[in-house]
Amino acid sequence: MTDALVLLVVVPIAASLFPVALGGRFERIGWFVAAAMGLVHLGLSATVAARVLEGGSISYAVGGFEPPFGIELVADGVSAPLLVLVSLSTLGVLVYARRAGPHSNAFYSELALLTAGISGVFATADVFNLYVFLEITGLATYALVASGRSPRAALASLKYLFVGTIGASLYLLGVGYLYIMTGTLNMADLTGAVASASVGYTSPAILASFGLIVTGLLVKVAVFPLHTWQPGAYAESPDTVSAYISALVSTAAAYALVRIIYAVYTTGFLDEVPLAGDALVALASVSVVVGAVLAVMQSDLKRMLAYSSVSQFGLVVAAIGLANETALVGAVVHLVGHAVMKGGLFLTVGVFATGLGVRTVEDFAGLAAKAPVSSAAFAVLAFSMVGIPPAVGFVGKWNIVVGAVEAGAWPVAAVVVVSTLLTLAYFGRVIERMYFTAPEPEADAVSTDGGNDAVEVSFGMRAVVVVSAVTAVVLGVLGSDLITVIQPALEVYF
Amino acid sequence: MMDLLTTHYNYVASILLFGIGLYVVMGSPNLVKKIIGMNIFQVGIFLFFVTTGYVDGGAPPVVGHGEETFVSPLPHVLILTAIVVGVSLTAVALALVIRIYDGYGSLDEDVIKEVQVDD
Repeated sequence: MTDALVLLVVVPIAASLFPVALGGRFERIGWFVAAAMGLVHLGLSATVAARVLEGGSISYAVGGFEPPFGIELVADGVSAPLLVLVSLSTLGVLVYARRAGPHSNAFYSELALLTAGISGVFATADVFNLYVFLEITGLATYALVASGRSPRAALASLKYLFVGTIGASLYLLGVGYLYIMTGTLNMADLTGAVASASVGYTSPAILASFGLIVTGLLVKVAVFPLHTWQPGAYAESPDTVSAYISALVSTAAAYALVRIIYAVYTTGFLDEVPLAGDALVALASVSVVVGAVLAVMQSDLKRMLAYSSVSQFGLVVAAIGLANETALVGAVVHLVGHAVMKGGLFLTVGVFATGLGVRTVEDFAGLAAKAPVSSAAFAVLAFSMVGIPPAVGFVGKWNIVVGAVEAGAWPVAAVVVVSTLLTLAYFGRVIERMYFTAPEPEADAVSTDGGNDAVEVSFGMRAVVVVSAVTAVVLGVLGSDLITVIQPALEVYF
Repeated sequence: MMDLLTTHYNYVASILLFGIGLYVVMGSPNLVKKIIGMNIFQVGIFLFFVTTGYVDGGAPPVVGHGEETFVSPLPHVLILTAIVVGVSLTAVALALVIRIYDGYGSLDEDVIKEVQVDD
């Protein structure tokens, strides 16, 4: 049953063909195809996760060509939970999209393609194959961002396309250097090959490849100052899309970064070239603070959430750069947690926007009285993002801070604390408005924003929002169980 | 230095292509020219990759013609995949450009910015 691993990629790719092929005959077939794909994907990822829990890790040789020559797919304690996360986020977003749209068949094709790309990034163990999956993810994301009808969305998408392509190309160039020096592309094979005497960690080509690959991936993760594509892409795309891509796309790139740094270059490289880790930590720390400060300055809620992602992914990258087991566990937990929280927050904002037409922080005044359930969900998710126990945001941040202290990196610990305060600042003012400010007179609340097609908020949309809030708390309570799954897979790197 | 440039002219050529491509992407205000720049940038990387597989006196990697040395086929195969990725990116980019032109009536970034401010 290791076939389940490759089917995780094959099924969504195959499913992405049907909505377009059948679209001419059945107008709304897309959603059903995507929902079926999501359920099958969940079954497959659960199978993979069960096998990983039993046996540690599973590997699949694509096309029967054995690694290191063929392409290898691997699921271990880190990728298996993330694959389950992909299935669950896809299903959640689909439940939401049933009413909220976009309803076109092309949209569901793109969604399936994105699922395939992200699953591939999490599953692959081949650096070139990783490039291909990153680009599939990218292509699908560009198309999804542009699925909003406004020309602004198209412009944001094109900007994302330019920046994303250059990032991916830099990654490819880095892979080229790696290949010249080692003659292999398989991650497990590269571990030894990079360290071997004939290559060595400090050879110029290996250093260049590290720089290029990491820079390329940091563009995709959206770390300051390479984040410029992100606010536009998140803010201009439809709510369904912003939730899905904020939950998974940067997460996939950050996971790729973990994989590349620890499986290919290993901690030996970071020890021998301290500048590499230090630069990563420094850049990420700046990103944490700048992202949070920019988030505080936004009035548009989706833009605020986008800058918040820049800040949160800064935390993750800082933890990756610390090269310390506790911090790395924290980084992976925070990746999972961030996906649940940020996806949920974008969906909640979508519920407010479709139901009440509010999109800016100003509009949020007195919202809690009008939409008590969604407001409560928003508050829970926001506090979770701040890092208040027992929610999952706390578990991730806590491990990152402890890791930073263990590594003696006091500035990073300080940055995490400062970022927590800034996170509280930008979520606090929204929550304060929701619960403690009287609503403004309703004279023009309906007429100003006519672009909402008068969609009713369905039970499904509310349910997804509540489920994500509950998940954020439950994951926090079960945090230690999650860590026992993740830790063994990360231990091998140290 | 001169020696390095003449013996590694393939690398020099691809670096020039990266430079030109990147300059066009960043410097040109015209969106279609930016796409062309992006393609040039990618082609630089493709050519770089292909030359890494070159073996002095190597024949094309097709078995059965009596040759003994072959160039490495792997980079060629990888680049075939990368070219397909590049083509699809260009297609998506051009589709987006059509929508931007419909929306703003221009492909010039500066003009688009003005239209956006006027909104």
